[in-house]
Amino acid sequence: MPVENGKANYRVAIIGSGPAGLSAAARAAALGMSHMLIEKTDHLSDTIFKYQKGKHVMATPSNLVLRSDLDFDAGKREFILDTWDEQIASGKINVQLNSEVSAITGAAGNFVIEIKGGVPIHAEAVIMAIGTQGNPNKLRCPGADLPLIQYQLDDPGEYFDEHITVVGSGDAGIENALGLAADPKQNNVVSILNRGSDFARAKSANVKLLEEAEAAGRIFVRRETAPAEVRPGELVLETRDGQETIHCDRIIARTGSQPPRGFVEGCGIHFTSEDRGAFPKLSPSFETTQQGIHVIGALAGYPLIKHCMNQGYDVVEFLNGNLDLKPADEPILAEKFSALPGVRTVDQWLETFRNNVVILQELSPLQMRELMLDSTVAGYDAGEVIFERNDPGSSMFGIAEGSVLVEVNPADPTITVPIEEGSIFGEVGLISGRRRGSTIRAAEPTIVMELSRTAALKLMATAPSAARAVNAISIERQLLQMFGSGLTKADVAQLVEAAELVDVRAGQVVVTEGAEDKDVYVIRRGSMIVEKMIGGAPVFLSYLPAGSCFGEMAIVDGSPRNATVKAAIKSEVVRFPGEAFVALLDRKPALRAKAMAEMASRREVNSFIESPKDSFGSAVDMYSETARFLIDNGIGEATDVLLIDEKLCVGCDNCEKACADSHDGLSRLDREAGRTYAHLHVPTSCRHCEHPHCMADCPPNAIKRGPDGEVFIDDTCIGCGNCQRNCPYGVIRMDAKPPEKPSLLSWLMFGAGPGPGEASYSWRKKTAEKQGRESPKVAIKCDMCSGIDGGPACVRACPTGAAIRVTPEKFLTFTKLSEDAG
Amino acid sequence: MATIPDQPQNQRERRQSSDHESFLSHRNMRWLKVALVLCLVAIVSYFWIDVSPRHNGGSWYGYTLGTIGALLIVWLSLLGIRKRNITAGRWSLKAWTSAHVYLGLALIVIGTLHTGFQLGWNVHTLAYVLMMVVILSGIYGVAVYATLPASLSNNAREMTRSQMVEALAAIDRQLQSAAQPLGREESDLVIAALEQGTFDWGIGSRLSGRYRKCATTRALAYFADDWSRPVGSDDPKDKVRALLGRRKSQLDQIRRHLRIRALLEVWLYIHIPVTIALLAALTAHVISVFYYW
Repeated sequence: MPVENGKANYRVAIIGSGPAGLSAAARAAALGMSHMLIEKTDHLSDTIFKYQKGKHVMATPSNLVLRSDLDFDAGKREFILDTWDEQIASGKINVQLNSEVSAITGAAGNFVIEIKGGVPIHAEAVIMAIGTQGNPNKLRCPGADLPLIQYQLDDPGEYFDEHITVVGSGDAGIENALGLAADPKQNNVVSILNRGSDFARAKSANVKLLEEAEAAGRIFVRRETAPAEVRPGELVLETRDGQETIHCDRIIARTGSQPPRGFVEGCGIHFTSEDRGAFPKLSPSFETTQQGIHVIGALAGYPLIKHCMNQGYDVVEFLNGNLDLKPADEPILAEKFSALPGVRTVDQWLETFRNNVVILQELSPLQMRELMLDSTVAGYDAGEVIFERNDPGSSMFGIAEGSVLVEVNPADPTITVPIEEGSIFGEVGLISGRRRGSTIRAAEPTIVMELSRTAALKLMATAPSAARAVNAISIERQLLQMFGSGLTKADVAQLVEAAELVDVRAGQVVVTEGAEDKDVYVIRRGSMIVEKMIGGAPVFLSYLPAGSCFGEMAIVDGSPRNATVKAAIKSEVVRFPGEAFVALLDRKPALRAKAMAEMASRREVNSFIESPKDSFGSAVDMYSETARFLIDNGIGEATDVLLIDEKLCVGCDNCEKACADSHDGLSRLDREAGRTYAHLHVPTSCRHCEHPHCMADCPPNAIKRGPDGEVFIDDTCIGCGNCQRNCPYGVIRMDAKPPEKPSLLSWLMFGAGPGPGEASYSWRKKTAEKQGRESPKVAIKCDMCSGIDGGPACVRACPTGAAIRVTPEKFLTFTKLSEDAG
Repeated sequence: MATIPDQPQNQRERRQSSDHESFLSHRNMRWLKVALVLCLVAIVSYFWIDVSPRHNGGSWYGYTLGTIGALLIVWLSLLGIRKRNITAGRWSLKAWTSAHVYLGLALIVIGTLHTGFQLGWNVHTLAYVLMMVVILSGIYGVAVYATLPASLSNNAREMTRSQMVEALAAIDRQLQSAAQPLGREESDLVIAALEQGTFDWGIGSRLSGRYRKCATTRALAYFADDWSRPVGSDDPKDKVRALLGRRKSQLDQIRRHLRIRALLEVWLYIHIPVTIALLAALTAHVISVFYYW
């Protein structure tokens, strides 16, 4: 160990012993570089350590080679952790456990790493591999440092005869409290504190169990109560009726965790933007804006174990002066580019795309590489179709070389608008989540890159200029598309300039009936519902999907707003000031005439709905209520949803059986569960949302939108369960692929196997054991039977016609709903 | 008050468009029309064609009707396979059910005309009788399929069957602890109610919905309202009575659910075994006819 002025001084300090940190430390040890691996907990690799026992850990992406001194392959959690522990021990790697870093000060060559309650560590360079889990929130009251407070509960069975208070009203807190009170023999007195009066953040199943435990006297639930002071053996509570002191031997605080961004920024490291999804700014050698500090792993935006381990290796090699090292993904990129015409190196291609595509010019080479890994490239000959109108697709394209033509008029493909080199297209699909608005062809030999939805969203989050460019282009194109041919970019330039993006909460009113404002809106993402007060009650008039325009009637004829428009789900609208619109209409009389004609037809529809209100009031009420019920159940953000007409459903569950039999023997739908209104049942089954919640946080990007608009999970799923947690409708299950069943004929004739439908858990488990197969649990959800001729099996297999699949814009109409209600 | 971008029907919607209509009215009652035409042709030709000495199954006309009938029976019984064999392709079980119902009803006319109204104590008449039993049980099935699902949904009140059973178990746990302070005789009543299985009843109770010897009802009658105590008092008896009341209504929901499900399914226990018997009798009938030809 190099010693200077009596202090240990390392070449590199590595903070965090996850896959990235471990791999970096192993490389440093192999190179003989003086190093110290600093870990907060008392064991290595806490995130994987906390996985449930026996969990099968996956090793994706499979085409990426592992470059590390440590071994890693898909397998059981225990095996992986044991391997690493053993290799860390035999590799003479310096590890300091139980050391939480509180600050990093100093500069390159001489960093001081402060350890909470320990001796500071000095190092020339720092590698931060702390992941994104962050630290649990501490109680904010006097006495918060006392040892009776803990932030995790591993085994609720190990506590006896104690007064235990759980702080926190989320699922973690409730599950802990239930676990502690589960066995009366443990004789614990369990209380749970909730700052509010209801448990809004927790799953309803958990809340139900808690309320039941409360009714049975097993748990004391204290509502509108917060901890005021912690004392040894006592807890002072702040209640609605004043302070109260209770006996307390142990406090379990489950009040969420603090993302590590604050700490990272405190070390002088800049992030790419203010966006919550942004990552630290990094050089190609993972160096941050604070010279000498490097960031790798999940914190750098790479959540997969293999990426992390490779980066650990690479960053130490870079530190050691090996600057020619090519990243491990080089062969993947080389293969990607091999499909393009002309012979260029990977670096040359990356530069071509970065220099030519305007929105990419701000990216660093590292970001460019990463973006390219999530994208595809293709070359097209003149006249070749890139995508067709009404194709589903949420990716965005950038033109690196050549140009394309947009067929603006579906009736006449010869009318086209060009998009030049360097620009983008397809952004409407990305932002609205809806189908392609027009067919696009290559105008000349053209090279394009297609950014997957995830890659494009990440780009917009990390490069603000790219986000601005994409927004401006999409607003302009939406306007041009709305008004049809006839208008040019110059005509709408003023409007685009004045446009403003507005975020709208679910249920928030955008336009109020009777108001005098004159702004015009276009829905960019999400959807709206239109309501009108008729006879003192709001009546549902219509459903507006993304891409719709509203509010223009007021400026065409100057009348006050004739209906209320509010968001069905969290949405984003573009607001155009009324004056700019009026100016445009004044300049273009043809446009005004068109708008007037459109308005007349809409008035007719409105009056059609309003007129029966007087004579058939109940039918309209029913329609209004049904529409609202469906919106409340996620139909507003759905693209395709399964509904069950319970006037026809005999409960045979053939839909579930058909689902299981068309998909590896596991059903993706729960017919019985779910909400019902007026005999219309919304079962637990995927809605194929416009902006799928499940896609939000998928480490291997395994969730995609398929050619028929279906949201599906491909076989790179690593079984982490993020999508299951993120789905607000509970339609994703984690399960292992069951063994093959005997054929239908042998079941019919000889009773072999479990018969049609999903086999029982015990049969699946027993048969799999007998066959000696072990398959990992992966996420499973409806894929709308994509690739199966005939379409969704649930609907085909319904004997009575109760199961129907609908799209909101087709189903949420008065004619449809009132006809179905009748 | 808005402009919705027009979206013409695209490929996907064509692929899976599912009309919201019942199997009975599928495609404007296409199969009812087919069945009516079939019956009409059979009836008219029955009177039109002169068979001497009289209509019987052995004439060329009788053979024709018999062949049509036998083929129909075989095809109708294949519904059981179609329903379970989820293959790819543009088939719809609803269309199959619709055809099954209407063509099955047409079989009454075809089968009866095939007999030439000559019935006796033999295998031929056995096949005819079995066919009629299958059809009659099917008519019951159509009737309950058309009328009962709505009440199944009303009774469920958004609860699944397992949620109902769980809710009952939750009440039972509370009942168990609430009954602790009670005396021997009283707690025996509660224990009897708790120990009585929800599903251990015969088919008669399940179909009729009448559960004699229901221990919960008996216990509830014992703990009848006692107005000498103030409403909502903390007396253990009041607590037990309230919980027994909740148990009873939860039990009633489960029982109504079981009853409707049983009414929806009971006919299949006749329809399917008798169909298999019919297929056997039909085979015997056909073979014997050709044997004695």
